[in-house]
Amino acid sequence: MIVLWIVLALMVVVGLALAVRSRRRRSRIIVAPEREAMPEVLVTQAAPRPELDDGPGLDRRLASSRSIFDRVRSITSAGSLSPEQLDVVEEVLLRSDVGVATTTALLEELRTNGAPDGVATAIRTALLDSLSADRSVRTSADDGRVPVWLFVGVNGVGKTTTIGKLAWRETQAGRSVVLAAGDTFRAAASDQLQLWADRTGADIVRADEGADPGSVIHDALGRARARSADLVLADTAGRRANNTNLLDELAKIRRVADRDPGQVVETFMVLDATTGQNALSQAQEFLAAANVTGIVLTKLDGTARGGIVVAIERELGIPVKFVGVGERAKDLLAFEPVAFVDSLLSA
Amino acid sequence: MFDSLSGRLERLSTSLRSRGRLSDADLEEALAEVRAALLEADVELTVVRAFLDAVRERVRGENVAQSLTPGQHVIKAVHDQLVEVLGGSALKVTYASKPPTVVLLAGLQGAGKTTTAAKLAQWFKQQGRQPYLVGTDLQRPAAVEQLRVLASQIGVEVYSDTTDPVSVARAGVAEAQRLGRDVVIIDTAGRLAIDEALMAEVRSISAETAPHYTFLVIDAVTGQDAVHTARAFHDSLELSGIIVTKLDYDARGGAVLSARGVVGRPVVFASTGEKLADFDLFHPDRMASRILGMGDIMSLIEQAERTMDPETMAASAQKMMSGAFTLDDFMAQLNQIRKMGSLGGLMRLMPGMTKEMRTAAANVDDGELNKIEAIIHSMTPRERRDPNLIDGSRRSRIAKGSGSSVTAVNQLLKQFDQMKKMMRQMGGGGMPQLPGGMGKMAQMAARGAAARGDAVPPGFEALASGMKSAAPANASTGGPKGKKKKGGRVTPPKQR
Repeated sequence: MIVLWIVLALMVVVGLALAVRSRRRRSRIIVAPEREAMPEVLVTQAAPRPELDDGPGLDRRLASSRSIFDRVRSITSAGSLSPEQLDVVEEVLLRSDVGVATTTALLEELRTNGAPDGVATAIRTALLDSLSADRSVRTSADDGRVPVWLFVGVNGVGKTTTIGKLAWRETQAGRSVVLAAGDTFRAAASDQLQLWADRTGADIVRADEGADPGSVIHDALGRARARSADLVLADTAGRRANNTNLLDELAKIRRVADRDPGQVVETFMVLDATTGQNALSQAQEFLAAANVTGIVLTKLDGTARGGIVVAIERELGIPVKFVGVGERAKDLLAFEPVAFVDSLLSA
Repeated sequence: MFDSLSGRLERLSTSLRSRGRLSDADLEEALAEVRAALLEADVELTVVRAFLDAVRERVRGENVAQSLTPGQHVIKAVHDQLVEVLGGSALKVTYASKPPTVVLLAGLQGAGKTTTAAKLAQWFKQQGRQPYLVGTDLQRPAAVEQLRVLASQIGVEVYSDTTDPVSVARAGVAEAQRLGRDVVIIDTAGRLAIDEALMAEVRSISAETAPHYTFLVIDAVTGQDAVHTARAFHDSLELSGIIVTKLDYDARGGAVLSARGVVGRPVVFASTGEKLADFDLFHPDRMASRILGMGDIMSLIEQAERTMDPETMAASAQKMMSGAFTLDDFMAQLNQIRKMGSLGGLMRLMPGMTKEMRTAAANVDDGELNKIEAIIHSMTPRERRDPNLIDGSRRSRIAKGSGSSVTAVNQLLKQFDQMKKMMRQMGGGGMPQLPGGMGKMAQMAARGAAARGDAVPPGFEALASGMKSAAPANASTGGPKGKKKKGGRVTPPKQR
């Protein structure tokens, strides 16, 4: 009954705090704060803080880091690495969101292995070695069962858009697709998926807002079997990865989708390339709850590099399988480690 | 991890306690910890460097206060610098003398602009304003539909059209003026900062509507890219502030520091959950305390004051102290606490929480409270006044009446008894021996409340004394707490 302890803790803390305050200011009666009267003028903002204001400094620093790396890259001297070179490599990796732990590990590898063909080649090799998992995508299920791709992720990463793009990709490849609008939480999520279905000619099963996502997916499986469709793409509501109840719900959704006639052949975690270190805990939690088999890295057309997937693949063995690079239906590509690593290092 | 940053710095300092001043080497060692913690929290590298430089200046420039160990001195410098970088005090939103006040929201795809627009409208409504929403996101399928659904939940109207974003924005503001609305919130499509065409579009929306406030909506879990985004939007739109979303994903929110550090504009609002009510003004000092793992007792007390009945609270606080606390009082308090919000959310604000406790708290099912209520409701008034009456047969009657088990009744009574003991101790002036780190929490709460308005940041002073007992307290948390958590969660809800 942990909840009792929590209530107790809250009572003690709030009660005590209030008691202390009322004792200190006995004369003052505690009342709900009045709404502050707002002056009817528009004031300008607080002055910017000079010491951290970017000015030209940030640009210069960014530019200089770029040129340093170019310089280091051009050094092809064999053998050990100078601390300066390692610093630059560290900076490049940290800036692309690879993360402190993975960066430290990669630098350690560099130190032990040295850089016979120059530091740029060495770090490139080390990164490519980290991205060596199997990236094949399963499209077929056991005999008589309907293959299901399940999409999970936190809010706003682009799950619904990714499903739309994959629906386009798969229908173009000649497969008949059924979309399951399992995001019954976000307002108008089903409408968004409906528009994709109209665009791609895929079939869609949807329900009212607040309906049970499992039942939507169950119905989609029924429809897919009745029409002998080739593939079901199942959407789920975005959810934070640090809430057990939401993760339990996801596990349940997966169980429903994996029950005959369905078979979950891929569970994709959709990940926004702008995400930082939190992505690692997202992957951890979703892996445990829904047995994630691959990552779709979205929004890679911006300035973000998505380096955190290196950490995810190294630590959890979940490979990136697709990348999203734009808003059009065809802006979804199979993941290419070489192109990805080159883009990381060109940062 | 920020959670452990203050702990790590504190441990580091125990070896230096005898010295009055930090040596340069000690300082660098401490700063290396700060650097790793900041980077782990996704603060951008350049911002981290500037931050460390500033902390270094602070530590060197100030005389070490006598009461502080060198480690605490560093923590204080980090805290103060965090507050400064996060924007000093909260920004006060003011209104245009000639309504409507126009607010423009911009940001990347998926940052949460549409939801934020609705939350912001609700916030303005609570301030007694009449907000009006304009949906100019004609790009994402069903975005306007999403805005309409959310707006209908809070009773705010939405203007949109299928022409083009710039005309929609212009017409929307004109419509708001016609209807006599005093705040217009313009939701825009998500866009990448490097997409020239779309950036030009949002610039012309801005030029057409001349917004009084332009807010960048940014996701709290954004990585190093936060600076690029913030800077590009600031260059295009001249931001007046930042709204940070999804702060419930990750309390560290380094993106806030990065964005704030690079554009020099304050973080004005923060969104901390999926519900429309999970939205409020951003308080830099509280965020700094939270980042350092010092809790946010001020927000907790404010929330208590907003929702609780002060007289009930004061009365039961007196009863708590005097030891005349009955199960009826417990019920009354429980109801007051439930009014404050979800337990998980409240626990996030508690000071001195260990990581395990935070995780446990995040997963608390508020439905458990119903079970507790059911048990208490199944008691007779006399039993509630004097739980000692409750013998074996009464226990099984209560268990049956509440649809729970005798074990659950026993547990409740036992814990209530422990609670009463602690309260008596508290009333006697001494700090009670609370399980886990709770003694520390209570201590911090008291001091935090006392320190309000003083120069010392809330909770900081308490850190000094709290930390000494932190290690043994935490160690004892793991065992019994972990078991309790498991015990509580494997109990099937419909157990007879």
